[in-house]
Amino acid sequence: MASLQRDTETGSGAAGLGLSRFVPFGAPAPRTALLDRQPGALATFFSHPLTLRVLSVAAFCLLWEAVARIPISFAFPTFGETMVALWAMITDFSLFHAFGITLQPLVIGLLISALLGVALGVAMGLVGWVQWLATPVFIVAQAAPLAALIPLIIFAYGIGLTAKTLVVCIMAMPVIVLNSYVAVGHAPVSLVEMGRSFLGSRRQVITRIILPAASPVIFAGLRLGSAAAFVGAILAELLITPVGVGDLITYSRSVADYPSMYAAILSIIVVSVLFIEFLELIEVTVFRPEKRARR
Amino acid sequence: MVVLGYRVPMLASLLVWAALWEVLGQLQVSFLLPPLSSVLVAMVQIAPTPIFLSALWVTAYAFVIGNVISIAIGVPLGILMGRSMIADRIFLPWVNLFLSAPLTALVPVIMVLFGLGQTTIILTVVLFAMWIIVLDTRAGVRGIAPSLVEMAESFGASRWQAFRRIYFWAALPEILAGVRLGVIRSVKGVIIGQLLVTIVGFGALFQAYGSRFEMDDFWAALVILFAFAFLLAEGLAWLERRVDYYAASRA
Amino acid sequence: MTIHANPPAAPATATDAVVEVRNVSKVYAGGIQALDSVSIDFPRGQLTSLLGPSGCGKTTLLKIIAGLLPATSGAVLVNGTPVSGPGPGRAFVFQDFALMPWATVIGNVAFGLELRGVGRAERENTARHYIAEVGLSGFEKKYPHELSGGMRQRVGLARALAVKADVLLMDEPFSAVDEQTRRKFQEDLLKLREVENKTFVFVTHSIEEAVYVSDRIVLLSAGPGRVSQVIVPDIPRGDDVDAIRRHPVYLDTVDTIWRGLKRYLD
Repeated sequence: MASLQRDTETGSGAAGLGLSRFVPFGAPAPRTALLDRQPGALATFFSHPLTLRVLSVAAFCLLWEAVARIPISFAFPTFGETMVALWAMITDFSLFHAFGITLQPLVIGLLISALLGVALGVAMGLVGWVQWLATPVFIVAQAAPLAALIPLIIFAYGIGLTAKTLVVCIMAMPVIVLNSYVAVGHAPVSLVEMGRSFLGSRRQVITRIILPAASPVIFAGLRLGSAAAFVGAILAELLITPVGVGDLITYSRSVADYPSMYAAILSIIVVSVLFIEFLELIEVTVFRPEKRARR
Repeated sequence: MVVLGYRVPMLASLLVWAALWEVLGQLQVSFLLPPLSSVLVAMVQIAPTPIFLSALWVTAYAFVIGNVISIAIGVPLGILMGRSMIADRIFLPWVNLFLSAPLTALVPVIMVLFGLGQTTIILTVVLFAMWIIVLDTRAGVRGIAPSLVEMAESFGASRWQAFRRIYFWAALPEILAGVRLGVIRSVKGVIIGQLLVTIVGFGALFQAYGSRFEMDDFWAALVILFAFAFLLAEGLAWLERRVDYYAASRA
Repeated sequence: MTIHANPPAAPATATDAVVEVRNVSKVYAGGIQALDSVSIDFPRGQLTSLLGPSGCGKTTLLKIIAGLLPATSGAVLVNGTPVSGPGPGRAFVFQDFALMPWATVIGNVAFGLELRGVGRAERENTARHYIAEVGLSGFEKKYPHELSGGMRQRVGLARALAVKADVLLMDEPFSAVDEQTRRKFQEDLLKLREVENKTFVFVTHSIEEAVYVSDRIVLLSAGPGRVSQVIVPDIPRGDDVDAIRRHPVYLDTVDTIWRGLKRYLD
């Protein structure tokens, strides 16, 4: 989860449709004087990362259990009931079956978006006319609620795998493209000059210097794109066809089996978070080994 | 880009795309893609209609309230997390979780608990927008240079004075960045909420135009929506640039 | 100490000039003129410093010699051939080290060789040799972020030495480290010159540094950059590196230069 702290998210906006402002959110900041109050022994114990995380998860579960017992709404199952329903869905394989269906458009769409998106973003960063042509499109796409295009996609492509994959693509590509574009543009000038001074060809400078230097932000874009892809996949299922995890959710709701509905929702959230953590693992292992040394 | 030695502005690129749209539409490549000219005409036609105006009102209402709530809760929470290590340790995993998780999955939960009305949509907006506001505010507060804090203390400023005159301004660029990103997300949130609930606002509008295959009107509504989102983002970026002049030299 | 007023007349005596700068001017987009018709010769095997206040174009000139920037007019000749880009005879040492953070020390040092297509075993051997020469043996597998500033610059230096270029171009190489490390570097540079018989072009804004290490100092004046003086400090550099800083010629040279530069400061 610390991975998303270092992500860069893009916003639209420009001086005369020029470049966007890209602000890293949650950038690791140096300890400031505001945090330098000397903690007491109790505070030290509670600020231990593992203790605190276990406690906060436990607190969340207890809170859920307690609030659900208050009869404000029959549609609010307790934590225990949800876990039971989850277990049932795992053991009768309906959960895996559902994920198998949901993950198809998601993985395909994400693969296409990643390959096309990174290629396009890098091309935008390196080739003048590509940047000129593509930037306005993606700046608008980044700010716009692309989900509004889903009804249109349904009209055009029906309700099958194509439509859902397309939904995933349009949700994921803008942020991937823009992050790749920015990443390439922010390659340190000094390193590029160094590459040229040691007689690197243009291709060598791109593959050996610009791309590795850009990989953190490109991967951040892939993580954000994955999050958007999951949103797209679920939206597609809730709006288009009742299959997969979306079906689990809608069907459970329609028969008022709220524990199952909550269980399905919990499962998709957990899977998406795990997937994003997995992406960071790949980045650290394959591309930026020094980050592993740093952690 | 430079053509024959002249810089071609980015705006010209938009014109190229507009021209392409017009040509493809005139060629009737797909009945789903009307030419840009008919869409522009439709925009002018639907704008004053009651069905559109009520959709706009409903959307704007949920949007504004949702954002006000997000800022009203998000900024103080971010400040709290920036100042207190314990609050930070407790909340940060959850904030990060909500930021990366597919929040759309939670909308059915909200629908079930709060019905199919404006409340649900407002809560969806808050769900989409709040976390980035919290995270960026936190970053802004954590990034306040220690020397500024020590300066405030050495000149005898009270906590409130220090906050009002120094810390708030020192963190403002990040807070504004977070608000801008939050507002952009909230546009997506309000639309997704409406699409899932389908009986209000633009969700209903797209449903209506789509089912009657009034493609001109459908695209017109879409373009108006996208233009609005873009202008909003630009406006906030402009505001952000107003404080940008000191942002780089703070540390 | 010998001083040649502007323009510096003949190339230094019998030693030939490996780098010749002929009437080089550089105007940036926007009309800023960084260099105005500069002509300098850099004798083979000697360390020539480019010294001057900020804005005198010394780094610009160095990058033009390196082939990283094109001159607006004039020419630079290396071994008689005009420069049109980076070449195998010149190696650059960067002020901010320019190390690739994702590569180990040996990966960084071998980078120049790798770009030239040298095989893995051979280039790692060469890299190891130069890593030892700059005093970083044992650090081959470390990453840049695990090294101090001084160590990082030594990696940059090893990388430049590894490609065995005749001319070493150094852009304020010691300005990004602390004062003690800087002094150590200056001493090490003198020792390095006994081992490596190369031509050095050294950009600095520190008068003491220039007088300490150089065989020749070219003073550039600012706005736009022009050669104002060429100074040849005749300081005997024996075995005692510390003695140089107390030598009367050293002190006189520093003093002369300072008085001359002071006039340009306000």
